[in-house]
Amino acid sequence: MIFVTVGTQAPFDRLIEAIDSIAPSINEKIIAQTLKGKYIPRHIEVVDFVSPDVFAEYFNNASVVVSHAGMGTIISALTSCKPLIIFPRKAALEEHRNEHQAATARRLGELQLVNVATDASSLAAFLHNRDRLIIPDRIGLQASPALIDSIAAFITT
Amino acid sequence: MQLENLTSRQTIFAVASFGGHWIQLLRITRGLADSFTIIYSSTNPKCAAMVDGSDFVLTTDFSRWNPLRIFPSFFGFLRYFSKNRPQAVISTGAAPGLAAIIAARLFGIKTIWIDSIANAEKLSFSGRVARWIASRTYTQWPDLADGKTLFVGNVFK
Repeated sequence: MIFVTVGTQAPFDRLIEAIDSIAPSINEKIIAQTLKGKYIPRHIEVVDFVSPDVFAEYFNNASVVVSHAGMGTIISALTSCKPLIIFPRKAALEEHRNEHQAATARRLGELQLVNVATDASSLAAFLHNRDRLIIPDRIGLQASPALIDSIAAFITT
Repeated sequence: MQLENLTSRQTIFAVASFGGHWIQLLRITRGLADSFTIIYSSTNPKCAAMVDGSDFVLTTDFSRWNPLRIFPSFFGFLRYFSKNRPQAVISTGAAPGLAAIIAARLFGIKTIWIDSIANAEKLSFSGRVARWIASRTYTQWPDLADGKTLFVGNVFK
């Protein structure tokens, strides 16, 4: 199963429409959490909003996750070695408040942590070659010790 | 007997919006919870269950999309800090974290802003404001560090 998520803040029709157009050429079930955008998908299973428990179940059961460049989803992928394709929101299309998702996606892509699709055709290329996706190394449950120690030292002095 | 058994533990008030900011905050506080008592604040009541056993303060969500909602958030923090004086306030963003940092500064409380790792090319809008108000500001990207903004590590590892 491929799980698609747009996060908790706003719908993301461009991603859902792209997935819906690719779905007929994919031989795997696709479930998308959409927050009820204007676009009505025809080829994928849709849930509007899911509880954190259900989200975790879909996430864990997925072979691949497709997401906006939300840091919650990115961190979940890194803690569970899940192949993740991110499709950044664009502020120019009023999909976010600023253009930071594109920059974040590019930098994390350069670090070989995630797969970055910038449009429907690159998303299709990733989904048609799922065995070639980057699978990230697992990270632990805490921030870097250097950051934690620096914060603790600053508080106590 | 360890020193921390002889002295009362210092308290950190840790605040972040629901979503990626909150997930990043937890990755930092997990490393601080052995040495400090953490009180959490976020914008969604569901967060309370994720920090079971710790005190939790609900605040109002807002952003530049609905900036007037800063007022209930800001005055809620003012009221809280008029009765409770944590040793430090830390936030990973977004706007509600900035409201907490500003309110805490008015009471002379030490404040720490950790800009989200989602901001790879420049500090977030809230981070650029926090930089002038918080006692200390961290970025999670080495090339965004300068004399006023520190980089020592990130929330990944």
